Amino acid sequence: MAAVIETLETVDALAAQKYKYGFETNIAMDAFPKGLNEDIVRLISAKKDEPEWMLEWRLKAYALWRTMDEPDWARIKHPPIDYENLYYYAAPSGPAPKSLEDVDPELLKMYDKLGIPLNERAALAGVESPNVAVDAVFDSVSVATTFRETLSKSGVIFCPISEAVREHPDLVKQYLGSVVSIGDNFFSALNSAVFSDGSFVFIPKGVRCPMELSTYFRINARNTGQFERTLIIAAEGASVSYLEGCTAPMRDENQLHAAVVELVALDDAKIKYSTVQNWYPGDADGKGGIYNFVTKRGACRGSRSKISWTQVETGSAITWKYPSCILQGDNSVGEFYSVALTHNYQQADTGTKMIHIGKNTTSTIISKGISAGHSNNTYRGLVKILPGASGARNFTQCDSLLIGDQCGAHTVPYIESRNMSAKVEHEATTSKIAEDQLFYCRSRGLSEEDAVGLIVNGFCKDVLKELPMEFAVEAQKLLAVSLEGSVG
Amino acid sequence: MTALPTRKLEAWRYTDLKNLAAISFTEAKPAKIVAPLPDLGIPRIVFVNGSYNAALSTPPEFMSPFVKVVDESVLPLVQINAAHAHDGVTIDVPANIDAGAVLLISYANTEMPIAFHPRHRVVLGAGAKLTIIEVAMGQGVYWHNPVTDITLHEGAALGHYRLQDESTEAFHLATIRAQISATAAYESFSLVIGAKLSRAEFHATLTGPNASTHLNAAQLLRGRQHADFTSVVAHKAPTCASRQTVKSVLSDHSRGVFQGRIEVAQIAQKTDGYQMNQALLLSPHAEIDIKPELEIFADDVKCSHGATIGALDPEQIFYLRSRGIPEDQARSILIRAFLTEALEPVTHEAARIFLEDAIETWWARK
Repeated sequence: MAAVIETLETVDALAAQKYKYGFETNIAMDAFPKGLNEDIVRLISAKKDEPEWMLEWRLKAYALWRTMDEPDWARIKHPPIDYENLYYYAAPSGPAPKSLEDVDPELLKMYDKLGIPLNERAALAGVESPNVAVDAVFDSVSVATTFRETLSKSGVIFCPISEAVREHPDLVKQYLGSVVSIGDNFFSALNSAVFSDGSFVFIPKGVRCPMELSTYFRINARNTGQFERTLIIAAEGASVSYLEGCTAPMRDENQLHAAVVELVALDDAKIKYSTVQNWYPGDADGKGGIYNFVTKRGACRGSRSKISWTQVETGSAITWKYPSCILQGDNSVGEFYSVALTHNYQQADTGTKMIHIGKNTTSTIISKGISAGHSNNTYRGLVKILPGASGARNFTQCDSLLIGDQCGAHTVPYIESRNMSAKVEHEATTSKIAEDQLFYCRSRGLSEEDAVGLIVNGFCKDVLKELPMEFAVEAQKLLAVSLEGSVG
Repeated sequence: MTALPTRKLEAWRYTDLKNLAAISFTEAKPAKIVAPLPDLGIPRIVFVNGSYNAALSTPPEFMSPFVKVVDESVLPLVQINAAHAHDGVTIDVPANIDAGAVLLISYANTEMPIAFHPRHRVVLGAGAKLTIIEVAMGQGVYWHNPVTDITLHEGAALGHYRLQDESTEAFHLATIRAQISATAAYESFSLVIGAKLSRAEFHATLTGPNASTHLNAAQLLRGRQHADFTSVVAHKAPTCASRQTVKSVLSDHSRGVFQGRIEVAQIAQKTDGYQMNQALLLSPHAEIDIKPELEIFADDVKCSHGATIGALDPEQIFYLRSRGIPEDQARSILIRAFLTEALEPVTHEAARIFLEDAIETWWARK
């Protein structure tokens, strides 16, 4: 693949354009030919040294995908995606790195630039936040997973999913596709056919994961789609907090990201999944940016289990994402906390589904949408109470904030209740930043931009406080950066 | 004939017309009136099996005969109505006239399944006033598919109170479209107690500054009744207000649906929009489906919606019981309080009393 020379000047220029993660990294890459067919699926599977059952699974997904149509119900507009003009596999060339020492120093430099504490020696020396284990996914492959030894002492498995397919086939066979079936939707079928890497987490019975786990996704190569797959299983009484971050270089063409995340919580297990999504959103005229079509779903299989989704979505040209909870176990709990900020020509259609099946299941949805520029921001959610969900409880609040009169804010909640003892409450508001709030801040010497940043952070506080500490700080900064140029 | 909408259409995801599609309809015959028709001492317009009945009517002023018009609506039921409409009422009130109140009755009585598609038109000149009390009732299997087009010129005010008390074997699918000019007000309330399956679909467009609309409803359902209240309020001018409150009381295997959408165009700054749905589920088999939607393209607006769904509050029942009221009676007190509240927004006193009586009758039928 053609190497692109990157200079300090270009980085500076890009930084001036507000998206500070927009650099490209100059490393040798392997990529399969463009387009998607059975041979590509076989190639991906062979490249990963996969067993026969995995290949069959992929081929089944591929055949299903061929029969499916792209969903059209979301409030998003984009030119048709040419699935034949994409690379479905791209990875740094050469043999897979055995340890951090083998990782291409260019790559390490890139993660360093992104502020990811990949270098565990530095972390162990206490130089950087020592309590986060990172799995970094670069285009299609996982390049390094840190802290594996520490984790394995407590029995936690945290590894690239391609490795889990080989090393822990029983767990993967049992759980992969059990929450998001391969034919669930167009993008999940595509992902199931061509997913190249992602993270696998298994927390054994009764174990509280000793540190935060984290995956860092980065799309680097041109014209590639990134199709990562994450599977997290928390066995009886286990608990884990998982963070996910994403960036991509700035390019004029749109890039596709279609991930699938599956969470399984057994009896008394807790999974907290936090995302800061900051894929490249496109420039001020809406050119370029990531198409983010993601299926995320968690199953509260066990009694008293809990799954909590927190997301801060500031990036991507298009976001199509509905992290959901299937509350099967009695007394299980589902939570969804979301901040979605759109600016310029970004489009976000995001929300959640809470499916109450078990008795006394409870769910909470707090969604904060902020639209600025020419963007459109939609909350779409479903709360479904099935007849068996006696005593179920849901509380939903979705608030929208509009900045400027060229943007749109939309709320599309669906509520379906089939149990009389269930209680569902929903409220939604739409407003703009009040003049008196702005005036108050300005009279205290804040610039208009800072004042807006402050007010938006206050608006999002209910969600931001759910984020782990490191992420909360980053998210606050991200909101301010993403809003630059939205006033005045 | 245009095909009936199916659940594949987003606007029809909660209401399935397959039972209606399975019926073959025959020509309507002249019907015997076997139920007493309401009489409120005001001008009365009576339709029997879809046709105007002059003998039973005491027409109001400003009423004119039905004229067929071209309708390019994309709504399937309006298309069906446009193709089949052969009767309907037109009321055209000149500017600055207070035309008082009229009673509009649709009565059906049939042994064989029949379908009728009346097309009503109401035009109020600038500053004109009118109240319409509309009743739909009948016996037998039939499909009542009325379309009502309302045009309110500047400063006009229309009160529109609907009692849907159709036969429990009937299908009632009403479409009401209202164009509301500057400072005009359209106030509507629908009380739904009848029909096997019903839907009232409102399309209210606020076209001038300070126009307002209230689209309120109460659904009281039992047995296997299905009632759908769908509304689209389009704010196309600044400083308009819209209010929607829909309350549902659902017992047995009944199913209530509320779909409301507020659309705010970019020009419609200072919009004040509000939607509320409250559902009381009285049986383990009842179901409620709601979808309150906001679609907003203007920044200086105040729009909100809320929804609460649940059973009667056990604490309130306990409170009443602790004061010596038997459980049955306590429940009935709470349900009636919920319904009384539902009728609060009806500002026309005679209309409110009429609807209160209808609730009493419904209650007594139990």
